[in-house]
Amino acid sequence: MDVVLEHVGKQFGRVTAVEGVSLTVGEGELVALLGPSGCGKSTTLFLVAGLYRPTSGRILFGGRVVNDATPQERGVGMVFQSYALYPHLTVFENIAFPLRVRRSRGAQIAERVRRVADLVGIAELLPRRPAQLSGGQQQRVALCRALVKEPAVLLLDEPLSNLDARLREATRAEIRRLQRELGITTLFVSHDQAEALSIADRVGVMHGGRLIAVMTPADLYERPPSRFIAEFIGTPPMNFLEARVEDGRLAVAGVMPRPLAHPVPPGTYLLGVRPEHLELAADGDLRAEVFLVEQMGREWLVHAACGDASLRLLTGAGAAVAVGSRVSLRLLWRRAHLFDSQSGAAVPFGLADDPR
Amino acid sequence: MTPDAVGPHGRWGVTGALVILTAPIIVLYGWLLLASFSVTITGLVPHGLTLANWRFLWQTLPNEANAWVAAGNSLTFAVTVAVFEVLVGAMAAYALSRLTFPGRGLFLGSTIVLHSFPSVTLLIAIFLILRALGLYDRLAGVILVKLALDLPLGIWIMKGFFDGVPWDVEMAALVDGYSRIRVWWKVMLPLIRPGLFAFAIFAFLSGWNEFLLPYVLLPSQGSQTLSVLMASLSGEERFADYGLVTALSVFYILPAVAVFALTQRYLLRIFSGGVKG
Repeated sequence: MDVVLEHVGKQFGRVTAVEGVSLTVGEGELVALLGPSGCGKSTTLFLVAGLYRPTSGRILFGGRVVNDATPQERGVGMVFQSYALYPHLTVFENIAFPLRVRRSRGAQIAERVRRVADLVGIAELLPRRPAQLSGGQQQRVALCRALVKEPAVLLLDEPLSNLDARLREATRAEIRRLQRELGITTLFVSHDQAEALSIADRVGVMHGGRLIAVMTPADLYERPPSRFIAEFIGTPPMNFLEARVEDGRLAVAGVMPRPLAHPVPPGTYLLGVRPEHLELAADGDLRAEVFLVEQMGREWLVHAACGDASLRLLTGAGAAVAVGSRVSLRLLWRRAHLFDSQSGAAVPFGLADDPR
Repeated sequence: MTPDAVGPHGRWGVTGALVILTAPIIVLYGWLLLASFSVTITGLVPHGLTLANWRFLWQTLPNEANAWVAAGNSLTFAVTVAVFEVLVGAMAAYALSRLTFPGRGLFLGSTIVLHSFPSVTLLIAIFLILRALGLYDRLAGVILVKLALDLPLGIWIMKGFFDGVPWDVEMAALVDGYSRIRVWWKVMLPLIRPGLFAFAIFAFLSGWNEFLLPYVLLPSQGSQTLSVLMASLSGEERFADYGLVTALSVFYILPAVAVFALTQRYLLRIFSGGVKG
């Protein structure tokens, strides 16, 4: 079943939590909502769940307006950040809980609980209580509870943020596998961009209660439509350099002005360059002084001062950089982004003399 | 303090100090028990052995209420108060903890103000209202009054229990398809059950010990509670039968002690939020 949000807004008293959110989650698709805390992503999820009623706009499940439908009528399964297991019930009863609401037959319930517990791989935990489980196990039980009623839509509210790093990666893959296998339309909320990018078919970025972009993970990374998104997506974060466009030339602080291939309105801009798109080179565009080298195993993250700006670049481990040394950096212009310094919107550009 | 924090000698020292401090109370209750089986008491020393002081168990004392009837009244009173305080209080506390409705803040504030009134100041008004309602000298009337006076604090305590239950758990149950009232019954109440149980015991003991309200509002012998019968016996002006009074005291205390002894491990939880981990 597809889920459609049309200009959905939610106000709590005078506070606007979500405004004008329009989004389509296709049948069997996994869409992640990504944003800093307080951006309205969880509120949006609760609106889709039916825990909140929208104050404006429409929410449609499979073409049917569900604005006033209860969570049960919508047929959603949900996993909460805290897992929200019922501490007074065994794992079996926790998973069976959604089935007990309609007085189904006991044997049928047991059958379904066992099937979903096998699917997620927690069959041996059924007699235990939540307090006796590890965080990862609790997370799986919560997932079982959401899946047992065979929901049309699965909602995941930061389901991985309470797990340690290694477990988070394993569970992320596990969720993706299950979601594909069952073909469930899924909305996933996260504040962790790496998590959202790796799990989702498409990612919706939220900021200040608005959905500012919905794109595939690759597009979001390669072609960020605004400075906010460019800054938010990617670790280590993108570098920004002040730039000017004058007489058809792009002038970046400390770099020789370069002629533009296509006209760009004159004015002040920010040039965004990801750390992996700066290279050490003998005849580079920029001169900078290294002030910190972070060794991160496979790569090193080098911090260098270039005029007022502080740059981050990734080099292979063992690169010839020493703290205090001056280095020359080459910019991969084709992978760089230009943003309007006022609006932050991305401005397409190309250099006339870009050698690569 | 863990047992290891003090050495074995220190532990004996602490125990010794506590024994000395509590000795007066223990001695007093011991004396009460002894005296109830004694013929006469001179000073603090009981003499002789008799069951005569306990005669209220098998006969009605002249000009007094039957002790068993009074005990029955006390029990009915205390149990009803406890049950309704938990039931009504848990509903009100849930609403105050979880729902937003107009006047919520005012309601919260006024419950605590109401609790701070000394109930004595309300007695005349209560008397007039009960008489107008035809509930004067009836157990149901006193139960209502006791509930009204004790509920505010109960609601506040139970609101604390509900506040301690994470929102997520409740939302999960709503998503699982349960209505608000079933969430309350199937998830919220079981989660705070230890606290509710402790609170019910406190309410029972408070009802069992209540004196002023039954004394004023239940004048006839048929509706007297044990506390009032006690007062009536010890208040005899000319020749108070102290043997009888001590025996009745023991009779009156025993159920409270029994309840306390059986349930004391639950009672401590009322201070720890009432939610089990």
